Amino acid sequence: MSDRIIVNTTINGEAMEFMADSRDSLLEALRDRLGLTGAKEGCNNGNCGACTVLMDGRIVNSCCVLVAETEGCEITTVEGLEKDGQLSVLQQSFLENAALQCGICTPGFLVSATALLDFNPHPTEHEIRYWLAGNLCRCTGYDKIVRAVQDASERMAGVKS
Amino acid sequence: MQDVKYVKPKTLQEAVTILKDNGPTARVLAGGTDIIVMARERRRETSLFVDIKAIPEMNGIHFDESAGLTIGAATPLYLCYRDQMMNQRFPAIVDSSSLIGGTAIQGRATLVGNLCNSGPAGDTIPTLMVMEGVAHILGPNGERDVDVVDFCTGPGRNVLELGEIIVNLHFPTPRPNSSGRFLRFIPRNEMDIAVVNCATNITLDANNVVTHARMAIGAVAATPLFVAAAGESLVGKPLTDETIAAAANACRDAATPIDDMRGSIRQRKHLSYVLAERTIRDAVHRIRGEATEWH
Repeated sequence: MSDRIIVNTTINGEAMEFMADSRDSLLEALRDRLGLTGAKEGCNNGNCGACTVLMDGRIVNSCCVLVAETEGCEITTVEGLEKDGQLSVLQQSFLENAALQCGICTPGFLVSATALLDFNPHPTEHEIRYWLAGNLCRCTGYDKIVRAVQDASERMAGVKS
Repeated sequence: MQDVKYVKPKTLQEAVTILKDNGPTARVLAGGTDIIVMARERRRETSLFVDIKAIPEMNGIHFDESAGLTIGAATPLYLCYRDQMMNQRFPAIVDSSSLIGGTAIQGRATLVGNLCNSGPAGDTIPTLMVMEGVAHILGPNGERDVDVVDFCTGPGRNVLELGEIIVNLHFPTPRPNSSGRFLRFIPRNEMDIAVVNCATNITLDANNVVTHARMAIGAVAATPLFVAAAGESLVGKPLTDETIAAAANACRDAATPIDDMRGSIRQRKHLSYVLAERTIRDAVHRIRGEATEWH
């Protein structure tokens, strides 16, 4: 039998208390219980990164985290990247650089790249590709995604406007 | 996922008791990157996840010259490779830690989890073997130590008995003029499972004579292989192209790979030689403070 549990966690800056099952992954809880459908199920086994969210500042595959493990943690999903209705510099850069086609990998890429630029504001192309290696894209061939990240990093450094 | 319960013990004893009382379908949960997937796919029947991350003895990296290195079982890979001391003194462990999966996996997955998963291609295991790793185990019958070299017994199987849990891994302080290297061959650039992997730990004296050497290869047998003959062939001799070739041949001879979708027997035998040679040369580069040749 599974257990009914109460989870207390902060999601996109908001303290939340909700019911879940002990068997739920964080991905399932976000999508099916909390209506946060930004994170996607691509593989459900930690390979594709479509489910990437931030947990206490680090990227995780939410399909490989039990929601029970998030007790007391801070979660950020793609929905939490915009501030006061304004897209983040990275989100803006993805749009302007056409860094998506079908868009299903995009939430995962945005969360992963946000964490990258937080950790390393001036990554080399090599560093960008290796950091994002766990996010798979079937449409774009990655090139425009990498350029979007580079573009965002330059804008955030004030090199470009 | 099928019905499964979750519990988060605060102490080692609590964890051991829970594991013993709940039988073999109670699974230790650290990073979860293997066990959650396997539970969901029913490759490891799971009734209970026992989350060990709150247990103090399971966390942290502690090193001092007299005691050596102790890494808690719940320590995630990224803490290993971001640690300056680990990069300076245990670069082969940093190699393994930074090659497994990708960034998201490395924030959760653990060295000990990879060891306990006991995959034939486990990317930590050859390194833990050549660095003389010892698993400190606690169980219902008390404590025991097992050399990593003796830990895996078959694909996905190891010496842990019901209720037993690895608390931490211990490694001796590296000798002066020693270093190590782990390398892996994969068809892509990242995120793959090893076709072959290899680790070397080597110590040189002032005259370029090898005083200690240990080598291990993985993904070429039912378990990762500690190739005692390879290390022994190097010891007491100056390091030359000939002695390196002899050690690499010993690794190739020890490899008993299969044909599967990742590679053929022929390719894997060849790679065993190539990676053995490269890890020896790179370990020596590191001893000399030079850059390694291959990434």
